[in-house]
Amino acid sequence: MSSTATDTAHGDGHGHDAHAPSGWDDPHGHGGHGAHDAHGHAEPHWLIKYFWSTDHKIIGMQYLFTGMFMALIGGFAVYVFRMQLAFPGMSVPFYGRVTATDYNALVTTHGSVMIFWVAMPVLIAALGNYLIPLMIGCDDMVFPRLNRLSYQLFLISAIVLIYSFFVDGGAFGGAWTAYPPLSAKAEYNLTPTGAPLWLFAVALEFAAFLLGGINFVTTVMNSRAKGMKMFDVPIVVWMIIIASILFMASVGPLIAGAVMLMFDQTIGTGFFDPNKGGDPVLWQHLFWFFGHPEVYVVLLPAMGIVAEVITTFSRKKLFAYKSVLYTAVGTGGLSFFVWAHHQFIAGIDPRMANIFSVTTLLISIPVAEMVFVYIATLFGGSIRLTTPMLWALAFIAEFLLGGVTGIFLGASGADIYFHDTYFVIAHFHYTFFPIAFIASFAALTYWFPKMFGRYMNDTWGKVHFWISIISFNCIFIPLFLLGARGDHRRIYDYTHFPDLMKSGMQDLRILATLSLVVLLVTQVIFLVNFFYSMVKGKKAEQNPWKANTLEWQCPSPPPHGNFPDGLPTVHRGPYEFSHPDRQEDYWPQNAS
Amino acid sequence: MSVQEPRKPVLPNAVLGTLFFVVAEVMLFSGMISAFTISKAGALPGTWPMPGQPRLPAEATALNTALLILSGIVLIVAHRLYKSKNPVAHWVTLASWALGTGFVALQGVEWWTLLNAGMTLKSSPLGGFFYLIVGGHALHAVIALVALFMAWVKMARGTLSPGFFFGTQTFWYFVVLMWPVIYARVYF
Repeated sequence: MSSTATDTAHGDGHGHDAHAPSGWDDPHGHGGHGAHDAHGHAEPHWLIKYFWSTDHKIIGMQYLFTGMFMALIGGFAVYVFRMQLAFPGMSVPFYGRVTATDYNALVTTHGSVMIFWVAMPVLIAALGNYLIPLMIGCDDMVFPRLNRLSYQLFLISAIVLIYSFFVDGGAFGGAWTAYPPLSAKAEYNLTPTGAPLWLFAVALEFAAFLLGGINFVTTVMNSRAKGMKMFDVPIVVWMIIIASILFMASVGPLIAGAVMLMFDQTIGTGFFDPNKGGDPVLWQHLFWFFGHPEVYVVLLPAMGIVAEVITTFSRKKLFAYKSVLYTAVGTGGLSFFVWAHHQFIAGIDPRMANIFSVTTLLISIPVAEMVFVYIATLFGGSIRLTTPMLWALAFIAEFLLGGVTGIFLGASGADIYFHDTYFVIAHFHYTFFPIAFIASFAALTYWFPKMFGRYMNDTWGKVHFWISIISFNCIFIPLFLLGARGDHRRIYDYTHFPDLMKSGMQDLRILATLSLVVLLVTQVIFLVNFFYSMVKGKKAEQNPWKANTLEWQCPSPPPHGNFPDGLPTVHRGPYEFSHPDRQEDYWPQNAS
Repeated sequence: MSVQEPRKPVLPNAVLGTLFFVVAEVMLFSGMISAFTISKAGALPGTWPMPGQPRLPAEATALNTALLILSGIVLIVAHRLYKSKNPVAHWVTLASWALGTGFVALQGVEWWTLLNAGMTLKSSPLGGFFYLIVGGHALHAVIALVALFMAWVKMARGTLSPGFFFGTQTFWYFVVLMWPVIYARVYF
């Protein structure tokens, strides 16, 4: 037996239905491995089944539900500090009075939770784990136990972060970017325990995603179904792979910086302390060398999800598959050379700022190309406006706004004035909200029938969609206006700044805050729909959307081992819709 | 039920997985070394090393470097012998492990001398970076040596899986090849 198969074991401990049809005892024909011994055993205890599983689908679900829970924390944090901004000094319902220290901690928590504990786990870890083996037609990841370790590290990181809210001094309040000297010294940030705990949580989280990413890339390289060539791999899988590689290549310098910062905080070294010969801007370079590729780490999977949804619901082949792929690789490569646009006024050399302006504006070209390709895919298609399709279309529209406003910030001349204003906030929320939420909703509503074998309610899905989209725009359009009028982002109580209280500025803040409350309350509709449909929704067949990719060619929900009738053989690309020679308008990848 | 041959892997899973991990590790050390280079270039004249602080023993470390590189070469030999099922393969693996352990031990002696001479993490930026980068490398070396020792035990018992051995080798070559870069950038 080749060394390949040594770790292809699927699921020690996970075990499965002992009454399964005998046909799938050994669906992949590897044969003879230790993990197969588990097949004859009785159903394991549910705790073991759901908390100690190595099945990629269960791990994907663990990531998904942890991410959803963390989203509630991030959402609650933003509710509290936006209430403080709109109604300074009021006692916020369900929280109480917000002190300046609380405010800093809430802003930091919101930023770090939404990026590291919501966007990354849901888009990459949950969907990557769930979809990759199903979409490339194999039974599990190549390193299932590493996969379990990845989730466990992630869970510990989330627990450490939550624990840091309750330590002496409260949670870290140095913003999610953790710039020294504020983040380096307890006498500045006033969180002697919270700051190192935050760094520790972030470091654990990175270790978790590093393990997950290695697993994804190795799996896709070595375990694709027979006949699946490079250009037969669905775009969303490609995007998760490219994102994982970007993450692996960019996270190193940040880990180096995090270790240095932790030494500065705990031992008292002077890596970032000018008094001791250090340099605070060095942290900004190390952070943003990771931080900017990170934007594309979460953007690319979102783009991939949208590609799957719009091809299925416009019944057309993806326009220019290879161009999308090469564009994504190009975007990823270019994303390593734009980081200093975060530092135009941090004291870097103006000549360097010019170079980074040019690279930053350049990167809008490949991203715009992807948007054009998606519009070309829609053109002339038989469009069906289902809930996932609405989310996918909204992604294109809203992300476009985020991208276009980025041009202003990428140009160093304009950025000098926009730096640290609410214009920046509105810009990156117009990119991150579509990525982390709109694309996730598209993915969850699209793959829900596969995950749970039932449909979500479409009417309530559309109600949720429309209220969310309208309230989202009502939050951030006012922030663009405020930012253009010079509203600074690091202020806790605007009543002390008469210039920022002039003619209706406070009204815009109140409008944004009230829209936020509407947006947050609307998510209850989604949560109820999601959990109700999981148990009571209408039963879905194997391939409800008549899609081509392999995950729709196995039962819903897929059993342990994924493909009961043996692993599929692939004959064609993933987007063969409306082929003129065929009666049906779709042509599954594995159909002969 | 169709039974299929598994896809022929591009590289064995363990090697491929380790290689991707090594990519992240190389970037980690690149981050630390570039931070070191930037701080060194920005230091005021005459403060690198700080007055009163010891110089790094670049000459003595050449011996350690030679030991480590030799260990890597010996491991390549061990790999060849293992592939040809030669029974001495596990002794050669042990020799590679011993040379690597010698490297770590000599590094430990060097740290002890420097610490006694007053160079600590906090004493100067050079001290901080030195212990950060060299310590980071030593940590990787120790982990790789534990794995290599396990590979030796398994090989001697005949229970070694090729994936484990090849993955461990990949990681040990990373430790060996990273070191000359660190030596050239940090010690001079």
